[in-house]
Amino acid sequence: MAGLSLTQIRKTYGKVEVIKGVDLEIEHGEFVVFVGPSGCGKSTLLRMIAGLEDITGGELKIGDKVVNGVQPRDRGVAMVFQSYALYPHMSVYDNVGFGLRLKKTPKDERDAKIREAARILQMEHLLDRKPAQLSGGQRQRVAIGRAIVRQPEVFLFDEPLSNLDASLRMDMRMEISKLHRDLGATMIYVTHDQVEAMTLADKIVVLNGGVVQQVGSPLELYHRPANLFVAGFIGSPKMNFIDVTVEGGDNVSLRLASPVMATQTVPVSGSGVKAGDRLTLGVRPYDFRLMEDGAFSGTVTLVEQLGNETIVNLALSNGQHLIVALDGDTECSIGQTLKVGFLPEKAAVFDTAGVHLQR
Amino acid sequence: MAAVTSPNQNLKTSLKYLLLILVALVFVFPIVFMVVSSFKPDAQLLRDTSSFNAFLPVGDVSLDNYFAAFERAPVGLFVFNSILVTAITVIGSLFLCSMAAFAFAFLEFRGKSIVLSIIIATLIVPFETIAVPMLMVVNALPWLGSDGITWGWLNTYHVQIVPFLADALTIFLFVQFFRDLPKELIEAARLDGASWFQVYSLVIVPISGPVFATAAILKFLAMYNQYLWPLMVTQSEQYRPVMVGLQYFFQLNTAWGEVMAYLSMITLPVLAFYLFLQRAFITSIASTGIKG
Repeated sequence: MAGLSLTQIRKTYGKVEVIKGVDLEIEHGEFVVFVGPSGCGKSTLLRMIAGLEDITGGELKIGDKVVNGVQPRDRGVAMVFQSYALYPHMSVYDNVGFGLRLKKTPKDERDAKIREAARILQMEHLLDRKPAQLSGGQRQRVAIGRAIVRQPEVFLFDEPLSNLDASLRMDMRMEISKLHRDLGATMIYVTHDQVEAMTLADKIVVLNGGVVQQVGSPLELYHRPANLFVAGFIGSPKMNFIDVTVEGGDNVSLRLASPVMATQTVPVSGSGVKAGDRLTLGVRPYDFRLMEDGAFSGTVTLVEQLGNETIVNLALSNGQHLIVALDGDTECSIGQTLKVGFLPEKAAVFDTAGVHLQR
Repeated sequence: MAAVTSPNQNLKTSLKYLLLILVALVFVFPIVFMVVSSFKPDAQLLRDTSSFNAFLPVGDVSLDNYFAAFERAPVGLFVFNSILVTAITVIGSLFLCSMAAFAFAFLEFRGKSIVLSIIIATLIVPFETIAVPMLMVVNALPWLGSDGITWGWLNTYHVQIVPFLADALTIFLFVQFFRDLPKELIEAARLDGASWFQVYSLVIVPISGPVFATAAILKFLAMYNQYLWPLMVTQSEQYRPVMVGLQYFFQLNTAWGEVMAYLSMITLPVLAFYLFLQRAFITSIASTGIKG
C-alpha cells in the first residue's frame, strides 16, 4: 500500500492546458474524491495517475517512486471504469482473473483469489456468467472484483456509479465505503456527484478549470469553503449568494447592507475591507429560519414538500431568488409573502475576488 | 393488447415478400442454369436456352460433362492450387491486416494519419495499372526456399500469395471496426497487465468476429477469382489456379456442357466457405460488456 504525491502536474492537448499545475499529497489508506463540474479535469487527472494519459509536466510519485514514464501495469494501480469495461467474451470468473492470468499466477492461487474476491462482493453465484447476462449493479461488482484480486497499491474509480439507478447507487456507495474500511487501501474516486463525494471521502479535492480550488475534509469544505466556487459547488441545494455593500466594520465583524436585505452584522474579519466595498454574502438554504423580523422578505414562487423538509423558492424585490430549506411541516403556498432570517455566524462572506473572508 | 393485422397490412407484407423472392430469383437463376446445364449434352443445352427448360434437369441428363472436364484439364490440381493459395493468403492477410489496423486504431506514433491516408488512397488504384511493374519486381526478387536462395518468383505458389498478404481494403475494414470498439476495454486490459500483443490477441480478436468474417469472405472471393495475376506469373500448369484453368475449355469449339461442369465444380468451395462463415458471422456478433 502506498500514498501518492503530485507536484505541479500539468497536462496539455496541443495548445490547450487542461490540468494547470496540481499539487496534492495523498496519504496511504486515504479515500480521496476528486469532484468538480464536467470538463474540470478530474477524470484526466485520474487517468494520468493510472498511466493512461501522458504527464506533460510535473512529477507523480506512487509510494516513493516517480512513475511519470512507467507503464500502467507497472504502477501498482487498478481502475474501475464508468462503463465497467468488462471483457464481453469472458465469463465473470475469467474477467476477474484476467490480470492474474497475465501475471502467470499459479492456477490454485488464482482460483483462491478469484473466489475470495467473489465472496467479498457476494457474487459467487455469478462466476460462470458472461457480462451480457448481468445487471448494471452486478457488472459493477465484477469490475470492482477485477480490481481487488490484483491487490493494487492504489484503487482508482472513474465515476463508477453514474450508470446505476438511484437506489442501487446508494447500496454500491455503502459497499465501496465498506470495501475501503476492509482493505485499508488508498482509493481515489472521481465523481461529479457531491453526495458521493461527501459520503465517501476522507478528503475531497475540488477542481475547476484544471485548478485545485480546495482540498479538505467534507465538513471543512461545507463549513469553510475557500472561495465562491467551492461554496456554490458543495452543498445541495446550493448556497445562496447576495451582493452586499460594506457599511462599516472592524477586525471582528462587518456591517453589510443590500437593497433586498435589512442591514446585518456578520462576524468576519474586516481587515483589508473598507466601507463601500462590494462583497458577496453566502447563506446556505438550511441556515434560514422563519422570523417575523427576518432580514429577507420575499414572495413564494415554488414549494417542494419532501416530508422531512420543505424547500421554498423565494423571489426577492429585485427579482433574485433565494432557496430556503424549512421544516418538513411548514405550511406555505405560492404567492404568499415570507420573512426569513439567518444566523450571522453561519453566513460566509466573500471578497471581490471570490475569496472567503476569515473570521 | 393483441396485435391487430388488417387485410391491408397482409397485402403489403405479401407484396414485400413477392418482391424479395423475385430479387432472390434473379440471383439464383444463373446458378441453377449453370448446375442444370452441366448435366446436359451441348446440343440440348443450346436448344433449351430458348425455353424455361434451361432451368430444369430434363431430357438427356448425365455426368458425361464432368468426366470430359476431368479429361480436358487437371481440375483437381487447379482446385487444390486455388484453395492452397487462397487459404494461406486469407489467413495471412487477416493476421497482418488486423495487426496493422490495431496499430492504426490504438497506438500513437508519428505520421500515423499520413501513413493510413496513403494506404487508403491505394484503394483507388486499379490492379491492372500496377500489374506489369509488379511482375517486374517479383521477377527480380530472391526467395529462400528448400533449394537455397533462388532469384525470380515466377511459377511458384508464393508469387501468388505474398503480394496479396496486405491490402488496403482489409486494413480499412479492420480500422473502422476497431475504432468503434470501446476504448476502456483496451485501457482495462493495459491496467490488468496486458502487453499490446496480449491486448490484441486476448481482448480485441475474440470480440472482432464479425469483421474477421467479413474480411475473410471478401478476401476469399478476391483471391479465388484471381485471373490476370496468376495468368501472368504462372506459365507452368503445376501452379495454376482454377480461373486460369478455365481457358482450357475455351478452344476452337467451346464445349459449353464441360464449361458448366467445370464452373459448377469450382463454385462449390466458394459456396461452402460463404455458408460456413455466414453462420460464424451470425453467432460471433459479440455481446458487449460495456454499458450501452
